Amino acid sequence: MSELKLMKGNEALAEAAIRAGVDAYFGYPITPQSEVIEYLMTERPEDRTGMVVLQAESEIAAINMVYGAASTGKKVLTSSSSPGISLKLEGISYLAGAELPAVIVNVVRGGPGLGTIQPSQADYFQSVKGGGHGDYKLYVLAPASVQEMADFVEDAFDIAFKYRAPVLILSDGLIGQMMEKVFLKDQQERLTDEEVIKRHDSWAVTGKTNRERNIITSLDLQSEKMEARVRRLMKKYEQMEKEDLRYEEYQTEDAEYLFVAYGSSARIAQKAVQLARAKGIKAGLLRPITLFPYPKQVLFDLADQVKGILSVELNAGQMVEDVRLSVEHKVPVEHFGRTGGIIHTPEEVLEALELKIINNECIRHH
Amino acid sequence: MTEEIIIAGFGGQGVLSMGKILAYSGIMQDQEVSWMPSYGPEMRGGTANVTVILSDERISSPYLKVFDTAIILNQQSMDKFEESVKPGGILLYEPNGISQHPTRTDINIYQIDGNKISTEMGNKKIFNMVVLGAYLKIKPTVELNNVIEGLKKSLPERYHHLIPLNEEAITKGMNSVKLYTIENQVC
Repeated sequence: MSELKLMKGNEALAEAAIRAGVDAYFGYPITPQSEVIEYLMTERPEDRTGMVVLQAESEIAAINMVYGAASTGKKVLTSSSSPGISLKLEGISYLAGAELPAVIVNVVRGGPGLGTIQPSQADYFQSVKGGGHGDYKLYVLAPASVQEMADFVEDAFDIAFKYRAPVLILSDGLIGQMMEKVFLKDQQERLTDEEVIKRHDSWAVTGKTNRERNIITSLDLQSEKMEARVRRLMKKYEQMEKEDLRYEEYQTEDAEYLFVAYGSSARIAQKAVQLARAKGIKAGLLRPITLFPYPKQVLFDLADQVKGILSVELNAGQMVEDVRLSVEHKVPVEHFGRTGGIIHTPEEVLEALELKIINNECIRHH
Repeated sequence: MTEEIIIAGFGGQGVLSMGKILAYSGIMQDQEVSWMPSYGPEMRGGTANVTVILSDERISSPYLKVFDTAIILNQQSMDKFEESVKPGGILLYEPNGISQHPTRTDINIYQIDGNKISTEMGNKKIFNMVVLGAYLKIKPTVELNNVIEGLKKSLPERYHHLIPLNEEAITKGMNSVKLYTIENQVC
């Protein structure tokens, strides 16, 4: 049984968090993400499931509350938008270092700096290339619909606890603010303290009983031990690449040209595929659903089939670097994207494919 | 069937809620829907617009350049969106406050005097429902009973007593929409 609703992406994510049995949310409002905390405050999940919702005094306080609560083996969530995520990065690095499960949501707005409150995908580098300090990665899920804003909450926690690692849901102002149909799952019970102890007693600080004490820290002053920790993290990331890569292909079977796009840009590029096909151009779309792990092999293989690839992103060219790394110069790879909060239209995306890839072919061949 | 609509006007005219009711109505008849607002510093008196898509298929881009239908409620929106109606498409507008009437001859243009009708009905707040009625007369993308169901879903229960008034406004809008041709333009 599921319930059908018309909701904003931000609201759907918040409601899904309650229904997924999340134990706590710590956040601080910022446009275009504020509906998450507003919805949670209005819904009063403490009355529904006992979930704690707290507006912290700052983003930095919120992420450190996440660190504390995650240390006890509870399911903890925070959300923000770009400038707020920058503030959280120190804490995110600590979460990764201390091997804590937690889910962080970034409803991206244009930057740098305070930038604009309009949609953007300019936090790609920040999300997949570290962001914070040290050798760590985040498992990054990029929802492209309101339904995925809801579904990815539970998926993100599954991954966070499977690997004992922080997971990022990388959304943006378009997906957060738009309304679509969403099927909401039934309420899951929150785990009791006893169940949490049973599941996570090997590492979490659940109150020492008849066991060795568990210590949550990212600090290791013995270099050998610290290196072992880093190696352990790298092993997790390798396993994520093997077992938890997600992507979607759209009309790639016979595609001669390929768009690569995630999140809101994937929706726009999907329409560009339709417009291209109406003009007789065989275009297709690869949508990475996880940005780390990245569908490198899929792209490498598609590069044998297509004549050129356009990376479509609401930024000045970030993911395009990973596309180029993946295809190893087999075919031309170009970037197209608007910035500053301007959203590219499907027509603009198709025009960019024609200008940057298709029309350039004859130049390249001579 | 896919219907791509832009609704644009001043904040406070009920642009976003009209779109929301339309989207809910689509859900009531099992359509795929998307509702993408302009958001940001817009507020009462500023401009507001929303893109609504109703479709029998999975919706690709929620953000569009061209539309099957534009519902225009102020001059700024007319300036911005007259050009974005697909050839053969529909432009429905509210003539109050419009100084530059549309001039395109490759689209179908309609007028609805929503201000006058809602004032006569004694409740300016139902302005957007009059306009919605006019749209539904031109393009019955959703059935009236589904609009009423949509209203029930999108309005908080404390406003449900106003649903008959909304229905009346929709009906008035349906009966009052006029085809606009360059010939009957008042100069």
